[in-house]
Amino acid sequence: MSGETPAVEIRALSKTFGAQIALRDLHLSLGQGEFLALLGPNGAGKTTLIRIIASLTRPTSGTVRLWGRDLSREATALRRHIGYISHLPLLYGDLTPEENLRFFARMYDLPDARSHIDQALDRVGLLARRHDPVRTLSRGMVQRLAIARATLCVHDPAIMLLDEPYTGLDLQAADMFSRVLQELALSQRTVVLTTHLLDQALEMGDRIAILCRGRIAWEGKRAGLQAAELREIYREVTGGAGWTQP
Amino acid sequence: MSYLRKVVAILWKDLVAELRTKEMFSAMFVFAVLVVVTFTFAFDLRVTGERVRQVAPGALWVAFAFAGVLGLNRAFILERDRGCLEGLLLAPVDHTAIFFGKMASTLVLMFVVEALVLPVFTAFLGIDLFNGWLLLVVALGTVGFAGVGTILSAMTAQTRAREVLLPILLLPVAAPVLIAAVKATAGILDGLAVAEIGRWLRLLIAYDLIFPVVAVMTFDYIVRE
Repeated sequence: MSGETPAVEIRALSKTFGAQIALRDLHLSLGQGEFLALLGPNGAGKTTLIRIIASLTRPTSGTVRLWGRDLSREATALRRHIGYISHLPLLYGDLTPEENLRFFARMYDLPDARSHIDQALDRVGLLARRHDPVRTLSRGMVQRLAIARATLCVHDPAIMLLDEPYTGLDLQAADMFSRVLQELALSQRTVVLTTHLLDQALEMGDRIAILCRGRIAWEGKRAGLQAAELREIYREVTGGAGWTQP
Repeated sequence: MSYLRKVVAILWKDLVAELRTKEMFSAMFVFAVLVVVTFTFAFDLRVTGERVRQVAPGALWVAFAFAGVLGLNRAFILERDRGCLEGLLLAPVDHTAIFFGKMASTLVLMFVVEALVLPVFTAFLGIDLFNGWLLLVVALGTVGFAGVGTILSAMTAQTRAREVLLPILLLPVAAPVLIAAVKATAGILDGLAVAEIGRWLRLLIAYDLIFPVVAVMTFDYIVRE
């Protein structure tokens, strides 16, 4: 999962839903360990792009390659290296936290699952509630468990796709998630984060891209970029739609 | 082996959740018993003696099929409503494992409901249904019904009118398996030789094989956008 080959390489990617064009002729390349913060107004195509890279959605045309391997042909094998977090917890309410993690550990053929699960539950502060059905946990606890499920603790993916992960998080879960993001930024994982928060994009991303009407309207390195400058660029390329003042 | 372990993991997950809530089982069982009771009253008014034996196979399979629809309706909707289907689709396994895991859990539920409904049916209609060949027909018919039902359940779970759409699509597509199952059941109750119901058994076996193959070819297209 290293070397010269880009971790993610997208060429001429388009996606349409009926008559609606979500992505059009999109090109993007990400090296191993790069952190891309993807900004854009609602409906710009951020979620569609993330879902295509996660192999949840098929592109209408174009190619996605991960480490040079065609995602459409090798999706099953490549999914092992992809982690995905959205605002949905992707957890089963009738199972306990331990059963949920055990299930996903089985689905990822995780060796030594028990110790990984204990570690994951300890990390998110849910060891004491490990045998309670998830539907009995508070929203914040579910969110923390979702972080444990999707990230780091379970299958340690080389590519992390984060689709507006802060949506609906309470303060405690948001703090925990910020720590997770900082760890990701320091690790050699390739990360794509979609967000409406310009300051967060500036804080986390090595690179920042602005997606508008299905195209990458602007892309640049974070280094040297000031918040006011990014806001100005954002307003210019999107017409000021959908950005969040911190 | 890894593929099989994941099929079993999905089955395990569904059964643990079902054992905890008994949502689907109780709905399916109560519905099947109500169908049997309703038919019993209807037959009691209009059908007597030997003619009960002639209408019993149809009543039996109506109970099984409609109870099965209830279970199938929930199979993928629960995954979709809680956003869990994405979690399954992200796992590094061929998506057909999801089909086989879901089909297996539907089958287990249907078999349990059928095992409980058969004695009720025997008690109410006075027909002994505990015959090895008849149990084979029930098993083959249930596998065929669950196979086609699981594909259509995955398909309709992504639509807006999903709970209405599944029975509308499923019952016509499953008609051959239901007809074969009713005919084979009737033949066995009438005391026909196995050779005489052979064509219906062959149709059931063909159905049991065709739909898993159809699922292998199409399931990934059904569940991914």
